[in-house]
Amino acid sequence: MKLTVGPNQFFWKADDWSAFYDDLAQAPVDHVSLGEVVCSKRLPFFQDRIPDAISALQAAGKTVALTSLALVTLKRERKMTAELAEMGVEVEVNDLTALAHLPDGMAFSVGPLVNVYNESTLRWLAGRGATRICLPPELPLESIATLAVAAREAGADVEVWGFGRVPLAISGRCYHARLHARPKDNCQFACEDDPDGLPVLTRDGQPFLAMNGVQTLSDSHACMALQAGALAQAGVTSLRLSPQTGDFGRVCTLFRGLLDGRLAGADVVAALHADNEEMRLSDGFVRGARGADWSGAVPA
Amino acid sequence: MEIVCPAGTPASLRAAVKAGAHTVYCGFADETNARNFPGLNFDRTEMREGIAFAHKHGAKVLIAINTFPRAGAEAIWHAAISDAASSGADAVILADLGLLDYAAQNHPELRRHLSVQAAAANADMINFYASTFGVKRVVLPRVLSVPEIAAINAETEVETEVFVFGGLCVMAEGRCSLSSYATGKSPNMNGVCSPPSHVDYREDAGVLEARLGGYLIHSAAKGEAAPYPTLCKGAFTAGGKSGYLFEDPVSLNAEQLIPQLHKAGVTALKIEGRQRSASYVAQVVQNFRAAVDALAEGRPMPAGMLAQLSEGQAGTTGAYRKIWR
Amino acid sequence: MQPRPLAITMTPALLAFALRPLPLPPLSIALTALTRSVAKRHPSLFRRLGSYATASFVLDPTDLPFVICLFPDATRPRVTLHRTAQQGDTRIAGPLAALLGLVHGAFDGDALFFSRDLVIEGNTEAALALRNAIDDAELDIGAELQALSGPFAGLLRRATAVAQARTGVCLTRPDNGGYT
Repeated sequence: MKLTVGPNQFFWKADDWSAFYDDLAQAPVDHVSLGEVVCSKRLPFFQDRIPDAISALQAAGKTVALTSLALVTLKRERKMTAELAEMGVEVEVNDLTALAHLPDGMAFSVGPLVNVYNESTLRWLAGRGATRICLPPELPLESIATLAVAAREAGADVEVWGFGRVPLAISGRCYHARLHARPKDNCQFACEDDPDGLPVLTRDGQPFLAMNGVQTLSDSHACMALQAGALAQAGVTSLRLSPQTGDFGRVCTLFRGLLDGRLAGADVVAALHADNEEMRLSDGFVRGARGADWSGAVPA
Repeated sequence: MEIVCPAGTPASLRAAVKAGAHTVYCGFADETNARNFPGLNFDRTEMREGIAFAHKHGAKVLIAINTFPRAGAEAIWHAAISDAASSGADAVILADLGLLDYAAQNHPELRRHLSVQAAAANADMINFYASTFGVKRVVLPRVLSVPEIAAINAETEVETEVFVFGGLCVMAEGRCSLSSYATGKSPNMNGVCSPPSHVDYREDAGVLEARLGGYLIHSAAKGEAAPYPTLCKGAFTAGGKSGYLFEDPVSLNAEQLIPQLHKAGVTALKIEGRQRSASYVAQVVQNFRAAVDALAEGRPMPAGMLAQLSEGQAGTTGAYRKIWR
Repeated sequence: MQPRPLAITMTPALLAFALRPLPLPPLSIALTALTRSVAKRHPSLFRRLGSYATASFVLDPTDLPFVICLFPDATRPRVTLHRTAQQGDTRIAGPLAALLGLVHGAFDGDALFFSRDLVIEGNTEAALALRNAIDDAELDIGAELQALSGPFAGLLRRATAVAQARTGVCLTRPDNGGYT
């Protein structure tokens, strides 16, 4: 199996953003999708850094794609999305608006925010030129297996959300701005203070979600360390790791070790917890009663 | 303007038609529609009878087949499309690319509407669905302001339908997995959000605590209104602040915006509430029918009458006014 | 539809007191007979319950001195009355007028619940299934009583006539189909 790194979902300072991709060039991953997926207002702060990041990643032998926004409503967002097709880099479609602008037959990737739930949809997208499809994170293993068969027949790679806080929802409303009692148009980039999202707890103190501007994520980090074997057997061809602060290169190395058979799933889990004992893990969407469940949990 | 009204049961369908609905939307009693709640929806016979009743009274029926077909089980959704066509439905409301393609290929004569679950939020995407799958109408996601809706209508031939009353999704519909994260059941896959099977109410010393999948979503002190524990309308804590971080427990009421929506080129006004009672549906329909009739005759909008029917007894105009964001 | 603010008649304490010594077994049998008659006349009601047709429902009119247990099982539905709290899959509690108003479509279940005139405990999904099934059946308890024949019909009709006269709680579906 291959490793993909998805676009950074959070708002980072431009220097931190550049440093992340400089480091990532050295990490043992195969494909990188980058750009802004959550909020178009963030892009001007780092868009001039994108060409250098792409060059560095390509020079290091990785394939690269540019992501579309997850929700396109404004005129300038439509323009941005239309221009993606002309960048000379593969496009990762995370909102079908991007697909509307891609010439028929041009190869593209499909990101996890496009609803690919069944074979007909997968085949239809492959027929339009999709060569790599990251499935929605909420799909169970049985669906993943069925879709992997359809993907192989259609000549597309199929990818699964492998590590990181799960994108659960996107909205027209900015929750960071709402929390700070600011209108969205004058948000003053409140989300910048939370480079991994702002934890959302229930009123009795249980960690539940994370807020990231117009996006809502899970509190837990999805982690396929204990499911990698089952996913490989199902025909999944790559795992997606989602950028976060801290030593992300180490996360990549751990998963590379797992996929190469040098590390067991439990070793990866132990190492992740050694680095951050607060981090809660989940793999329930793939194999559990609900998304938040974790198959590695010790029975109480 | 056309009023599009919910019918969770045959009784609601009849009530809506009698109360003046131009159009009723409903679904089959299975996972193919996004209100897959126990005790609701139509079996095949009820659907045929419901459509016959509506047609006899000059009303149309739209069938929502707006969940995303499950891998390996697409036949269930394909059967729903065929049965909708053979029952005489005036249109089907679809969200899934593969299902739209199936319907366009196999039942080209069956009119196709794009569900709000497809979250088509701009003219490019709407025109893409129209040119690719022959979609004739789009139900706009509840993230757009009135000027944005007007801009969309200026750039597309596709009819637009907007929600004006009832439950309000804060998130872009069809793009939300909050419910399956907490319960394993999602709108996209199972046609349910914050499902009652995972709700637990507990009253202690007058305080009513509502949990969903074990997560505390809401607690109401004695005498306070008790909203259903819909995830995105819960009270949470973040950054040291507590409250309704995503949305207050309010429901949408855009009654007073009808003239502006009309001016913005909107074809149809949609009322949410297939899970509400026939009496509720009838009253809401009557009010909205009176409002659009007043508009057509150049009379002023009747004053708001529906507040007591709303969740938490408070209304919002949602994203239609830009400040909501 | 309910006026604003929500006005739900409370059964007078005197009547509740008067009902206390009422022998419950004959009433249980009579209500079971009524439920079976309803089941025969409205088969779709039980079909709509789906898997909850085998659930047990505790209906608690909070202003009356007894609770009602309903076992809707499509072939042999049963109703029993009890003076003490009962266990069931789900419990729906509220003033008698609110419960009857639900049956007659005079009130919207969600609205009653938001205003906390109705309390649901236990399996919320079962309660909703029952609510939805009853809403679709458009029941008129008055008409159901008229349709009932057999040994208990007279007893029930007399009891309900007295109750209606004494409480003002309406036992027939409003003429306008439940809405105004």
